[in-house]
Amino acid sequence: MTPVASPLAGYLLLAALLFAIGLAGALTRRNAILVLIGIELMLNAANLNLVAFWRFSPHPEALTGMMFAIFSIAVAAAEAAVGLGLVISIYRHAQTTDLDQMNRMKG
Amino acid sequence: MSPVFYILAAFTVAGGLAAVLLKNTVHCALALTVAFAGLALLFLNLDAQFVGFAQILIYIGAVAILVVFAILLTRGTETPREGVFSRSWLAGLVIAACVFSALGWAVLESARALPHETAVPSVTVHDIGAALLGRYVLPLEIVALLLTSATIGAVIVAMHEKGSAH
Repeated sequence: MTPVASPLAGYLLLAALLFAIGLAGALTRRNAILVLIGIELMLNAANLNLVAFWRFSPHPEALTGMMFAIFSIAVAAAEAAVGLGLVISIYRHAQTTDLDQMNRMKG
Repeated sequence: MSPVFYILAAFTVAGGLAAVLLKNTVHCALALTVAFAGLALLFLNLDAQFVGFAQILIYIGAVAILVVFAILLTRGTETPREGVFSRSWLAGLVIAACVFSALGWAVLESARALPHETAVPSVTVHDIGAALLGRYVLPLEIVALLLTSATIGAVIVAMHEKGSAH
């Protein structure tokens, strides 16, 4: 067993690891869609934090953490739709989804 | 910590790692679906049934499909010659490692003070619906407005422009 005492700490560590994986993906990949995948992983890690805090809180019947997670999922769905629409629009203009080649606005 | 948690955590982390590391973009999208499924099972493991099934419906059913559509529409299946990682990949990796070590240090330092309730919360879908249409009705309406405008906005952004070369 690990030295982690509370089960909440295990969930928080897992969420931190998923967030770091998503951040690494968003910062290192060339393809714009893969960057969006990394952002989705980060959002999901935040949702895991919210639900874990709700589960182990002294007042789960207040539903605050769960409501936050539900609204966060809804906003993330809207973000995915707009983000992928933008990627398709940029692809139509530049014929590429490679972020290293999208440097037209570079100073 | 139950062994179920460790199995689900390994499943989810493996899916997430594969989603950001694999070369083929379609494989990345499939690995992302695995990570979403692992997260849904973790939500079920946390006794949050509604969020778990919402995760399956919204992320696996809608977002993953949307990602696959975007990949196929942009010919993203071709692996570029220069490799799949950007020029500044080392800086990104260092930043992610720093963020993880900071978050992990904060969690481990405060592990003693974290709340530790063992009683399983008894929350039904009825309670969630009553809360959504009672205390949280204003955020619900705002989210409805946001989803409508985001759908219209996504269609307008991705729509063919008149007079564009095509």
